[in-house]
Amino acid sequence: MKNLQKLLNADKITIARTITAVENSTDTKILEEIFSHTGNAYHIGITGPPGSGKSTLVNAIAKKLLKDDRKIGIIAVDPTSPFSGGALLGDRIRMNDLALHENVFIRSMATRGSLGGLAKKTKDVALVLDAAGMDFILIETVGVGQVELDIAEVCDTTVVALVPESGDSIQAMKTGLLEVADIVIINKSDREGSDILMMELKFAFDLRDKKIEWNYPILKTIATENVGIQELVSEIKSHRKYLIKSRQFEEKRKNNFSKKIHELIEENVRFHLKKNIISQSELNLLLEKTYQRKSNPYKIATEIYQKLLNGGKFDN
Amino acid sequence: MKKKIRVLVGKPGLDGHDRGAKVVAAALRDAGIEVIYTGLHQTSESIVEAAIQEDVDVIGLSILSGAHMTLFPRIIELLKEKNAEDILVIGGGIIPEEDIEKLYKMGVKKIFTPGTPTGTIIEFIKKVIK
Repeated sequence: MKNLQKLLNADKITIARTITAVENSTDTKILEEIFSHTGNAYHIGITGPPGSGKSTLVNAIAKKLLKDDRKIGIIAVDPTSPFSGGALLGDRIRMNDLALHENVFIRSMATRGSLGGLAKKTKDVALVLDAAGMDFILIETVGVGQVELDIAEVCDTTVVALVPESGDSIQAMKTGLLEVADIVIINKSDREGSDILMMELKFAFDLRDKKIEWNYPILKTIATENVGIQELVSEIKSHRKYLIKSRQFEEKRKNNFSKKIHELIEENVRFHLKKNIISQSELNLLLEKTYQRKSNPYKIATEIYQKLLNGGKFDN
Repeated sequence: MKKKIRVLVGKPGLDGHDRGAKVVAAALRDAGIEVIYTGLHQTSESIVEAAIQEDVDVIGLSILSGAHMTLFPRIIELLKEKNAEDILVIGGGIIPEEDIEKLYKMGVKKIFTPGTPTGTIIEFIKKVIK
């Protein structure tokens, strides 16, 4: 990478163009080159249903962190239309007062077909921001429901933002969102219903999986007025301390590397399979046989796997 | 993967009419483009900074206030200052015929006046961004 030094010096055009290359997979060597310069940034995820104030919260949290003279990268993810492939990325609107801050870099990302609440490349883009010397990376998911939980894997601390309209305790007790929460907040807490939601969340908290040692705090915030943000930031900091002390920080990052390695191997194997081991026309023949019940998917998979191990030759 | 076109749609200056900008943003979205919508009352500086960080191919400005002869050149100047003059600038709004030529000379790539079908804008963007 010819601009590595510029990236490390946080030159904004270089960061932006490196992100594009990573997002479009046009240069696969970049991540390898920058990796030794990463590992410093602390990743904070903000997730929650649409309209729960995630962007405004990110804005408010970032402003607090900037007071400690920290550098902040923000990745705001919005959905790609499965119909047109286009996207309207509107999270920046809530972050206008950060737009010109020297120590802030904001990037909007479209999900591009990924269904976990983030884009497939979000983790890699975070790596670029990490290499550029960001102390904190704030990642905002698309508006989520119950199963879009990729954020917890990418981030060290995950903040789940709910609003008084989010639903009752049964919603909260269903698996999903609360299980990935390291901190739960009731945003827009000046609205009617926030006390009831607080009561229900506390009830759900009492019924939580007790194997998890960290007791997630539940806070009230009004992000537009900066209410509760200081408390939120101190809770993020305590969670960070807890992760490091309990060695979960290290463990989780190692787990993530392990996942990444497997993911890349699988990608390569899948490509190799299609290109060198079994062509679509060969596969079609086997599918026909299977349809006529003259073969079966289990036998075929075993044979193809054997062929892969034999370096491309079928047994017999 | 086919390169995704990224376009920033923004409204610099003080006029508060964003219906046109939203119509264009939605049409671009439906044409498979990633649109970064920055909303109302943006300064030229914040638009250029956003365009750089988002690494867009095109900046599309909607100006209905009459300040186009100030705002367009300022944005083009800022892009040059920041070595990002490869980002194309296009625009739309209430812009008189005689100003359009002047704006083209200043480096604005295209002006779309009221009544332009959104399809024309999409076609133009897809043609210039390869």
